[in-house]
Amino acid sequence: MHKSYTVTHLEHLESEAIFILREVAAQFQNPVLLFSGGKDSIVVAHLAKKAFWPAKVPFPLMHVDTGHNFPETIEFRDRFVADMGARLVVASVQDSIDQGRVVEEKGPNASRNGLQTVTLLDAIEENNFDAAIGGARRDEEKARAKERFFSHRDDFGQWDPKNQRPELWNLFNGKMNPGEHFRVFPLSNWTEMDVWQYIKRENIDLPSIYFSHKRPVIERGGTIMAVTDFITVQDDEEVAEKVVRFRTVGDATCTGCTESAANSLDDIIAEVAAARQTERGTRADDRRSETAMEDRKKQGYF
Amino acid sequence: MTSVNQDKQAKEKDSYLDMELLRFTTAGSVDDGKSTLIGRLMYDTKTIFEDQLEAVERSSKQRGDENVNLALLTDGLRAEREQGITIDVAYRYFATPKRKFIIADTPGHIQYTRNMVTGASTANLAIILVDARNGVIEQTCRHSFIASLLQIEHVVVAVNKMDLVDWSEERFNEIVDDYKDFASRLDIPQITFMPISALLGDNVVSKSENMPWYQGSSLLYHLETVYIGPDANHVDARFPVQWVIRPHSNEWHDFRGYAGKVAGGVFKPGDEVMVLPSGFTSKIKAIHSHDGELEEAFHPHSCAITLQDEIDISRGDMLVKPNNKPRVEQEIDCMICWFSEKRKLKAGDKLFIRHTSREVKAAVKSVQYKVNVNTLHKVEDEPEVGLNEIARIHLRVASPLFVDEYSRNRITGSLVLVDPFTHETLAGGMIRAL
Ligand SMILES: Nc1nc2c(ncn2[C@@H]2O[C@H](COP(=O)(O)OP(=O)(O)O)[C@@H](O)[C@H]2O)c(=O)[nH]1
Repeated sequence: MHKSYTVTHLEHLESEAIFILREVAAQFQNPVLLFSGGKDSIVVAHLAKKAFWPAKVPFPLMHVDTGHNFPETIEFRDRFVADMGARLVVASVQDSIDQGRVVEEKGPNASRNGLQTVTLLDAIEENNFDAAIGGARRDEEKARAKERFFSHRDDFGQWDPKNQRPELWNLFNGKMNPGEHFRVFPLSNWTEMDVWQYIKRENIDLPSIYFSHKRPVIERGGTIMAVTDFITVQDDEEVAEKVVRFRTVGDATCTGCTESAANSLDDIIAEVAAARQTERGTRADDRRSETAMEDRKKQGYF
Repeated sequence: MTSVNQDKQAKEKDSYLDMELLRFTTAGSVDDGKSTLIGRLMYDTKTIFEDQLEAVERSSKQRGDENVNLALLTDGLRAEREQGITIDVAYRYFATPKRKFIIADTPGHIQYTRNMVTGASTANLAIILVDARNGVIEQTCRHSFIASLLQIEHVVVAVNKMDLVDWSEERFNEIVDDYKDFASRLDIPQITFMPISALLGDNVVSKSENMPWYQGSSLLYHLETVYIGPDANHVDARFPVQWVIRPHSNEWHDFRGYAGKVAGGVFKPGDEVMVLPSGFTSKIKAIHSHDGELEEAFHPHSCAITLQDEIDISRGDMLVKPNNKPRVEQEIDCMICWFSEKRKLKAGDKLFIRHTSREVKAAVKSVQYKVNVNTLHKVEDEPEVGLNEIARIHLRVASPLFVDEYSRNRITGSLVLVDPFTHETLAGGMIRAL
């Protein structure tokens, strides 16, 4: 009859993600793609381009901006969005602070990461978004292992792990009541390794901070943190120049980097294969407690 | 350790472009060792990272466990950890140089049939755990029934805790015979039996030295090599339209691409196709992907098809071949598994159906019978279907669905029922021949 119909794991994952993105466009009135400038959201945006090509992606991108960015990420974001011909919505944590919606944390470990949840939920409400597409993966953290592709949020934006809709075959139920919304995760079944392999296969451009470079850093609580305008170096902390790269891109106050000489995708893939620490292990926000992620997710975090 | 790692690393770098994907589900009753087995697979394939292992060591100590409890690796949510049980489907990932694996980890409690059905719906293979001391029990029958109901191609019966029965060949054979005895009533194409010890690792990743009498392969080797090619239907061409791509740009002025994921068969440019429900026919002009035009598309490709004629086509329509059409039905006969804790199902109920890219209203005409999942007996004259129950029902839909029998095509043969008010997903259904 025919040669074998085997398909590689990356083709499976790509096809599944494209299917999910098209379902979102079809089932929701006003979806948005959450774009942080990190590799996962870049991959989701890339898949969205492929899903709707040769038409443009039929929804805008939204950046929840903590104001604590690495300049490389913002440059990258603007270039990427312009190339896509997409509309960018910026939801600013600084605005939420100025409007008194949230109060900024104090102290050397102050981070705006927790505040993002309020900014995100406010922006979803203001813009009447009914689906927010994110790049989260189930392999990232144990609370995510049970997350759905279509994750229902109540009218307070909260996630109830006990009351999730079963997802069978490839039938996704995006029906909801007014005021509620969905988070959608097209990369649910991808691992960190899959993401890197796919970036390589597709030749996807990334912000430079993913690759090895020299920068001043401090060590804090076992994590190497970049010295930026947004963190206060304590008296007992020593600033040193190190060759590092980032494994995730987030708020500069809570995203750690790792010492690494990997400056090509092949190097990174080799490093990921040998890595003995999960990538969220470098994020101070998850270290706060064993169930930190689950607690934040319930409140409406990404 | 390092050399194994470097070896693995070198292989992964080169071979990831032709790695395959296998999805499997695991079932067993509480304490059969399911979490330990998954922890073992992840640990021995170096999927577990140092920081995860440390977190588990910390929790094990806090709980006062004797050994590092590998089962904690797969226990996600706080409530579950507190109760010490898994209560929802959790997805786990690991890879070897040959394949990437997606595990749908489903709990074995009697009240959670729905989780196993959910996990099984996308699986190519099911591992059913049996405690060597207890042998085949009621739950084993239930799990096997669900695997056969969901048409999982390959079942592995893993007889676990062989260390506790002195690695006895006799005991193993006894269990194999018991299992075969009742499985003869089920429809499972391939059953493989394996004696293992999840705790000690025997026959999980490498062959056991304690059971030289066992001639078969290790579990991981089986997972890496079991043939999954024919699991999808490549005969009956089915293309449910998900979305219509209309660029409205100068370059692509008249472009009308029907976007979707192939649900069956093979589509090629030039093929004659029929559009359902309209019945119009045309020829495929091209099959587009962002990477260029495709010479053919089959499951699971997501692509966009253009036709030679302008026909009005929208989401919910289906492209098929004129000489091989699905049934176009308003009367649907199906087996369902009921998921809702809040409401039951009975004749006269009005619901929504989701089937491929269609959503239609439906009314329940009758509940024909329920199935006792432990004995496989039919239970008639019970008019209501409740949580975790399996039943055969008749539905009437407001506009036709384009269906195949579930045993022929898992995609065009499956549906979910949705509550019109709460929008909850109430049930999963597998379509039968009328
Ligand atoms: N002796 C022995 N004990 C096992 C084996 N597999 C699991 N166990 C133990 O059985 C208990 C239940 O295992 P667990 O993985 O939590 O079971 P689950 O409820 O099926 O996930 C734990 O105490 C395990 O250490 C095995 O192969 N041999």
